[in-house]
Amino acid sequence: MASLYPAYPRQTFIALRTLVWKETHRYLRIWVQTLVPPAITMSLYFIIFGSLIGSRVGPMDGYSFMEFIAPGIIMIAVITNSYTNVVSSFFGAKFQRHIEELLVSPTPNYVILAGYIAGGVGRGLFTGLIVTIIASFFADLRIHSIPITVSVVFLTAVLFSLGGFINGVFAKKFDDIAIVPTFILTPLTYLGGVFYSISLLPEFWQKLSLANPILYMVNAFRYGILGSSDIPLGIAYTLIIGFITAGTLLSLWLLNRGTGLRS
Amino acid sequence: MREVYARPRNVSNTTARLARDHRPCIEPAQGDTFIAFDCRPAVLDPVHAIMNALSLRQLNKTYAGGVTALQDIDLEVPPGDFFGLLGPNGAGKTTIIGIIASLVRPTSGRVEVFGHDILTDAWQAKSNIGLVPQEFNFNQFETVSQIVLNQAGYYGIDRRTALERAERYLRELDLWGKRDANSRELSGGMKRRLMIARALIHEPQVLILDEPTAGVDIELRRSMWDFLRGMNERGTTIILTTHYLEEAESLCRNIGIIDGGRIIENTDMRSLLAKLKSQSFILDIAGSVSDFPTLSEFHAVPVGERTMEVEVYGDQTLSHLFAQLNAAGVDVTSMKNKSNRLEELFVRMLDNRAQKTTPRTR
Ligand SMILES: Nc1ncnc2c1ncn2[C@@H]1O[C@H](COP(=O)(O)OP(=O)(O)OP(=O)(O)O)[C@@H](O)[C@H]1O
Ligand SMILES: [Mg+2]
Repeated sequence: MASLYPAYPRQTFIALRTLVWKETHRYLRIWVQTLVPPAITMSLYFIIFGSLIGSRVGPMDGYSFMEFIAPGIIMIAVITNSYTNVVSSFFGAKFQRHIEELLVSPTPNYVILAGYIAGGVGRGLFTGLIVTIIASFFADLRIHSIPITVSVVFLTAVLFSLGGFINGVFAKKFDDIAIVPTFILTPLTYLGGVFYSISLLPEFWQKLSLANPILYMVNAFRYGILGSSDIPLGIAYTLIIGFITAGTLLSLWLLNRGTGLRS
Repeated sequence: MREVYARPRNVSNTTARLARDHRPCIEPAQGDTFIAFDCRPAVLDPVHAIMNALSLRQLNKTYAGGVTALQDIDLEVPPGDFFGLLGPNGAGKTTIIGIIASLVRPTSGRVEVFGHDILTDAWQAKSNIGLVPQEFNFNQFETVSQIVLNQAGYYGIDRRTALERAERYLRELDLWGKRDANSRELSGGMKRRLMIARALIHEPQVLILDEPTAGVDIELRRSMWDFLRGMNERGTTIILTTHYLEEAESLCRNIGIIDGGRIIENTDMRSLLAKLKSQSFILDIAGSVSDFPTLSEFHAVPVGERTMEVEVYGDQTLSHLFAQLNAAGVDVTSMKNKSNRLEELFVRMLDNRAQKTTPRTR
């Protein structure tokens, strides 16, 4: 990659458009598997934690429990769906070997990456939107800052799509695409201050929570919607953008090496 | 008046050499028209007619597991060729093709497609190759037309052209009726044809097919042969691997034989056939086989008390054999032709090689 400007700009754009549409079409076609489950799960969260239990929990950080958890639950949907979309689509392409269609073509690696990330971001934001609409039936969500809300949710979707991509590159069997979401992503998300403010935790656990990157995203997003956060926004943005940069560089490096793709 | 072609100053030596190979360069004499620049179009315009379609240099591949699949592969395929890569299972055919198609990383060596390096000039090199792989690699959930249209997109082909070509190639390959079927609903033969359509959608100069007729019935095999011949006549360079000598014989102009990761033979079809095409004759003789003379040019083995088997190669004649037998005083009472399959000889050729302890130097 001598220059960032593609040598065949028009063709490169067509390749990107093809891949983005293909990835989008994929999750729309299987919408029963991709878009409905988060809608159902998240509705249950709202009903059980928000309405039933939440009414007894009392206010959190000065907001009703329902209001407090809504942003976090939207984030859970965005994070898991971005990640899952890319990891399953990319691993599926490797498994069925139709990734070879791309590898033999002149499509540059950064277009391959961008195409898959676009799919993940698309599905993440789409489900995020669905969950937001559902949430609005349960809580009165007035968005405090649209730019912050939108940028945080978008960057988070990008970041977790990258995570899914890297997972997909290394995955050799179907188990490998479930390990990270189950053992790392889910615990970190649930401990990422979705259901509680970390100020409730003893000091040690507060400190430990600060090592969890998802905490920053959930709080930044909550700030966007409610206007309150446990952590400074600047740190959240720096962290997310830092991780995105690292993830992008790692992904491109892996693609150029052909890790998991070219024997 | 003669036309004399000479090298203009700004054309490099190699380019001029290429030009010379394709247009006669004659020493200018008195009265000749001296056309200094006339060799340039021949050099610069039909680049494809001069460069090798494919050039592999010193390719080596050792897989991560430690299997050395290729050793020092050098191969040149001229434009317009119909090249057959033959070899037994595990010889390294798919590995070579994988490297050309960027699916396998070579341990060392270079690949150029019409002079474009597959690594440094990837867009040009890859746009010139169409690959029909050995194994099906479709997205199970995509339809026939989605598969070819997406592939067109990956090559940067605009939608309208892609739609036109998709219709043309799907019709040509008799898949138009199946355009909305999912790839998993196709029969094996249809899948093969779909892989061909997909490989042609960007109209590559070089079409590479890895065992295209494996698992294909005779009728379809014949029609695929006709199709490939037609493509080749219209200018596409075709490289295919096969196990069937009959297929290679009927299609290919040049042949490379690969075994154990090395090219052991690289020649034109006719020479190979001359080498391979031998007939075996069973001779019943009047005397005992122990009296049978050692023939200087023929390979003869006893197969019974009074029966010999003699092998006669394509460039040898029967009268020559009989002259030798007469001279040795052997009476032949009867003779029959032992039908000898090309395949058997091919196998023997590979066997002979395996028995040799010293590596072959070519
Ligand atoms: N991905 C791989 N990892 C490790 N070894 C491999 C891999 N692919 C092929 N090999 C080995 O490399 C050698 C050459 O295999 P290759 O597939 O190129 O043979 P082939 O000539 O295409 O055989 P066939 O006619 O059976 O298709 C074999 O010993 C094979 O086991
Ligand atoms: Mg093979």
